[in-house]
Amino acid sequence: MHEYSIVQAMFDQIEAQAHQRHAVAVKHVYVRIGRSAGVDVPLFKTAYDTFRVRTICEDAPLDVDEVPERWDCPEGHGDIPPGHRLTCDTCGRPARMASGDEIVLERLELEVP
Amino acid sequence: MCDSCGCGDSDIVPVAVHERILANNERAARHNREHFHDHHVSVINLMGSPGAGKTAVLEATARVLGPSKKLGVLVGDLATDNDARRVRAAGIAAEAITTGSACHLDADMVHKGLHRLAWRDLDVLFIENVGNLVCPAVYDLGQDVNVVALSVTEGEDKPLKYPTIFRKADLVLLTKIDLLTVLPDISIARIQENLSMVMPKPVMIPVSATTGKGIDQWVQWLQDLKLVQHAHDTVTHAHGHHHHGHAHR
Repeated sequence: MHEYSIVQAMFDQIEAQAHQRHAVAVKHVYVRIGRSAGVDVPLFKTAYDTFRVRTICEDAPLDVDEVPERWDCPEGHGDIPPGHRLTCDTCGRPARMASGDEIVLERLELEVP
Repeated sequence: MCDSCGCGDSDIVPVAVHERILANNERAARHNREHFHDHHVSVINLMGSPGAGKTAVLEATARVLGPSKKLGVLVGDLATDNDARRVRAAGIAAEAITTGSACHLDADMVHKGLHRLAWRDLDVLFIENVGNLVCPAVYDLGQDVNVVALSVTEGEDKPLKYPTIFRKADLVLLTKIDLLTVLPDISIARIQENLSMVMPKPVMIPVSATTGKGIDQWVQWLQDLKLVQHAHDTVTHAHGHHHHGHAHR
């Protein structure tokens, strides 16, 4: 249930952005969450809907861009296919995570009078 | 104000933020890490499900490493300080961080916990996280390494079911191996294989806190952490005397 903590942290960021730009409302929230970031996206959305009531985000829909998990060889021998051991078949090196770990507040649409 | 037609409506302004949502926690974790490095303390974030044997591993570690190294523990739990008391009884300085309803520790809770523990004199600080295989994986605390305790009774497929926490582990301690005699279907090789699907550098040490088997290997792993060595040398030179923490082998 750490999704609630993450949403709380996101609200702090959104409020700081809105305050800095003298916004009166947030109209849209866009986030990017990796499939292997340890965040349950439906739960994250529920947490957002719970928190946003009577806040600056009340009318702001949440858009979640889910980023697939991708691993590659740090020596440039290409991607490690899903369901494969996390080592490079060519050089034997441990794989490197190329994407799928992000939890990012990407952009906002703010209503500025 | 809408500039295009002068109608008086508000403008909708797009703002590119591109900020990690846990940036504040990451800043607090960096701050902890700087403290730990300045005082040459190696810090282990010990995670695992409730009942995986985290506290028992610490008790067994105290028996072997306690005489030569100064150990300390911060224990996160939803309620009670039972684990902190158990660890203290084993001779390690320990303080509880009671999280209330939080399912994980964050860097700020650790920072506050440090105020109650004489951590600057320690060689190794263990942070025993809240028993949970999901939430703790997301929060950096300022540790040097992540260790996940996985007991043989939890089943071979736990790494595949909870990949995030195992992916972030530098070491998996396979605990309660003394029970393998009554678990004929559990294979250490299959657990190792499952770990290699989710850990780029799968390192596993099978241990039993009850019989002591494997504890030496785990203690050796702790002592081989470059940081322990480095910290150790620096402290020895800085104070110009023989530091109590040398491993005698």
